[in-house]
Amino acid sequence: MEETKKQEQTTTHKIGIYLWIWGLLFVLSFFSYMVDWFQFQGLLRWTLILIFMFLKAGLIMAFFMHLFWERYALVNVLLWPMTAIACFIFLMVAEFQYTLFTRLFYFFIGG
Amino acid sequence: MSDLKIEGYEFKPGYRGMAEDTGSAQTMFKGVHWGKAMMWIFLLSDTFIFSCFLISYMKGRGSTPVEWPNPSEVFALHVGGVDVPLLLIAIMTFVLITSSGTMALAVKYGYEKNRKMCGWLILATAIGGLTFVGMQAFEWSKLIHEGVRPWENPFGAKQFGSFFFMITGFHGTHVSIGVIFLFIYAYKTFAGHYDERKRGWFTSIKGDYVEIEILGLYWHFVDLVWVFIFAFFYLW
Repeated sequence: MEETKKQEQTTTHKIGIYLWIWGLLFVLSFFSYMVDWFQFQGLLRWTLILIFMFLKAGLIMAFFMHLFWERYALVNVLLWPMTAIACFIFLMVAEFQYTLFTRLFYFFIGG
Repeated sequence: MSDLKIEGYEFKPGYRGMAEDTGSAQTMFKGVHWGKAMMWIFLLSDTFIFSCFLISYMKGRGSTPVEWPNPSEVFALHVGGVDVPLLLIAIMTFVLITSSGTMALAVKYGYEKNRKMCGWLILATAIGGLTFVGMQAFEWSKLIHEGVRPWENPFGAKQFGSFFFMITGFHGTHVSIGVIFLFIYAYKTFAGHYDERKRGWFTSIKGDYVEIEILGLYWHFVDLVWVFIFAFFYLW
C-alpha cells in the first residue's frame, strides 16, 4: 500500500495548472477566431492560424493528456511517427502543385 | 496506476528510464495499465487516419483551378440582421474546449478518489459533447438545405462538400462514440465500480480510476482533432 500512496502523488496535480491551461485554451481559441473576424489575409493569416493551432495542440497534449509528465519512452513512441506525416505533407504539396499545373495547362492553354 | 505484480521494478525518469523501457525484458512500459498503453497506440493510428483526411483535403483544395468557397461566408450565421462569420463554429469550439477542461478535472478527481465530483464532471463532459453533436447536426442540415452535396455546392469548387462531410462527419462520429462512453462511465463512477474495484463488462480485470484517464485521453484527442479541423477547414 505504501507504493500506491507514492503513485498517487505523482499522478495528481494541483487544480491550478488545469485551470490555467483551460483559460489559455479559451484565450487562444478566441485569438484564432479573431484572425477570421478581422479578415487578416495572406501570409499573416496563415502564420497566425498555425501558431495558435500548434500552441493549442501542444497545451492539450502536454497537460490535459499528461504527456509532459509521461515517461520518455511513451512520448517518443508517440511523437516520432509524426515525422512521417510531415513527410507525407511535403510529398502531397509537390503533388498538388503538379496537378494544378497540368490542369491549368491543359484546360486553359491546351495540350 | 502501478502494476504491483511486477516486483522489484523501479521506474527511472528521463532518458535512462526510456532506455530501460525500450530494452526491458518481457514487456515495455512496465507499470502502465495495458489499457492506457493501448489507448495511446489507438490514438496514434487515429492520428494517421485524420492526417490522411486533412492531407487529402489539402491536396484537393490545392489542385483545383476553381475558386474554393470562402468558409467565413459559408459558415456565417444570420443573427439580428447581420451575418456573423463562423459564429456557430466558434461556439462549437468553445463548447468542446469546455468539455475537455471538465474531463481533465474529472481525471484529477478520479485519482483523488473523489467519486461524486468525478461523476458530475464526466456527466458535464458528456453534456458538452452532446451539445457539440447537436450543433453539428444543425450545421449539416443548414448546409444540406442550402444545396451543399458531396458532389456539388452553390458556392464554388465541387470538392468542398465531399471533404466537409467526410472530415466533420468522421470527427462527429468520434464525438458521438465518446458521448456514449462518457454516459456509461458516469454511471459506473456514480455506482462506485471504481471504488469497489468491481470488474467491468467482458473482462476479469478489476475496475480502477485509471479507466477514467483512458477515457479522458480519448476525449482530449477528439478535442485535439477539432483544433486541426478548425484551423485548416474553417479558418484557412
